[in-house]
Amino acid sequence: MTVNRRIRVYLLEAHYQFIDVLREPLFSISVLAFPLVFYLFFGVILNFGGTSMPMQTYMLATYGVFGILGPALFNFGVGLATERDTGMLLLKQTTPMPVGAYFSAKVTTALIFGATVVSALFLIAAYAAGVALFRWQWFALAGVLLAGVVPFCTLGLAIGAWVKGRSAVAIVNLIFLPMSMLSGLWIPIYVFSDFMQNMALVLPAYHHAQLALKVIGMDSGQPILLHVIVLVGQTFIFLIVAALGFRRVGGFSIRKS
Amino acid sequence: MENQPTHSDESVLARLSSVTHHYGSILALDELDLEVRQGEVLGVLGPNGAGKTTAINLLLGNLRVQQGSVSVFGQDPGAMQVRERRGAMLQVSGISGNLTVRENIELFSSYYPAPLAVAKLLSTAGIEDLSERRFGKLSGGQKQRVMFALALASDPELLFLDEPTTGLDVDARHRLWDEIRTLEVTAVLSTHNLAEVDALADRVIVIHHGQRIADGTPSEIKSHVAGRLVRCVTSTLPDEITQFPGVIQAKVRGRHLEVQTTLPEDLVRDLLARDEDLVDLTVEAVDLESAFLSLTKESP
Repeated sequence: MTVNRRIRVYLLEAHYQFIDVLREPLFSISVLAFPLVFYLFFGVILNFGGTSMPMQTYMLATYGVFGILGPALFNFGVGLATERDTGMLLLKQTTPMPVGAYFSAKVTTALIFGATVVSALFLIAAYAAGVALFRWQWFALAGVLLAGVVPFCTLGLAIGAWVKGRSAVAIVNLIFLPMSMLSGLWIPIYVFSDFMQNMALVLPAYHHAQLALKVIGMDSGQPILLHVIVLVGQTFIFLIVAALGFRRVGGFSIRKS
Repeated sequence: MENQPTHSDESVLARLSSVTHHYGSILALDELDLEVRQGEVLGVLGPNGAGKTTAINLLLGNLRVQQGSVSVFGQDPGAMQVRERRGAMLQVSGISGNLTVRENIELFSSYYPAPLAVAKLLSTAGIEDLSERRFGKLSGGQKQRVMFALALASDPELLFLDEPTTGLDVDARHRLWDEIRTLEVTAVLSTHNLAEVDALADRVIVIHHGQRIADGTPSEIKSHVAGRLVRCVTSTLPDEITQFPGVIQAKVRGRHLEVQTTLPEDLVRDLLARDEDLVDLTVEAVDLESAFLSLTKESP
């Protein structure tokens, strides 16, 4: 395959996967609207923080994580499981389509949705909630948040490789919602008991949120390296789990129910 | 010693040689040999579970070869040069339902070095009027015609059609047959529908329990079983007449006794004499389906 044609396939695959997801109203509404509405409601309108910890600033970081997590988990977890069960992946596997084009399109789609949520959150924060950050903090926060696409997409991949298309939405929600809650994305982690805070140490969303909070000086005080090591380690674990899932069913084969 | 007629390598586009394939402890293919020759439509006929889809997936490189060898265009079936020159219509229920027909075709066309024009694909598959509709909103027959268009996107030298009309109504089936017949391409067609190989195939192999049990033209397959099919509603049991002269096989299907025989007149006289309440008697020519049923008849 020539380089030009390869680039064209990667672009078209990403373009059409993005359109495909965009035309799924439930997906667009839930992954775009929920973080924004929740942030407006809990972070801006019901501002229950004290002056020492401005809640609208704290929650900008945590709802940013929530906004990155949703599209990555759903697009990979549900998208992959569904597309394998309908046989679309098998059909694509018989064509010369490079497998990388399919996966990079999924990452790109998650990234575009995530970036849209983060941009909208930033606009609400700056213009409606009065969040004041240094310029470097805005950029650093955006960078840290978007980097979360990597571990969360691999988590979605691991789920999608194992579950059936029909149950994928339920299983992704069973991971997505409790993990968001227990990682302190909705309610600040420091209001939880020590036990709950220790439990959160196993959750990738917790470590990602702590890195985002570090940018604005509101994290729990653990070292950056700890969060990075856990996230990188979990990314590899998710990739291995996904590879085992693919091996179990023989690549992209349709899983018969 | 080779007991099949041998063909020069140039005229054989794809070949399975002594291929055995297991899924766990289940034997799907048992020393299967198969050749696809340039220009022919090869029908692979067999009941569900005979191993047809396994054979096709091996020829497509979707399954790893466990035993025996598989080659397409003289190469590994998964090789990039092979993928670029073939097309496949699989037993697949969907592609992106939120994309229009045109968008799906444009995407699949982009995978190939010299694809057919989207307009040409739409017209060949008879779906010009559906091009702006979303795939997910189409009927089953319309979806299959889109899948057919995708299979032709590469302008294939070799086309795989795995049960292309399963689940379609008669009209949709005949429309797709008409479209397939207009192609001049080497093709492998798997089906359990005998009328389908009769309509489309130049040569047929019949497989059952992963083994080839017959090979020939559709009419040769038919000639495997001579005689007539006698059907009636009667109290006579199959066992009572299996030893009767000329009877090839006898069985009950629904309310009817079905007997395949080379001496239908003698049989009918005998049946009428045995049971004067006999009704609904018909005597028909043996169609491909009956030939096929006797070929795949389980040994007692």
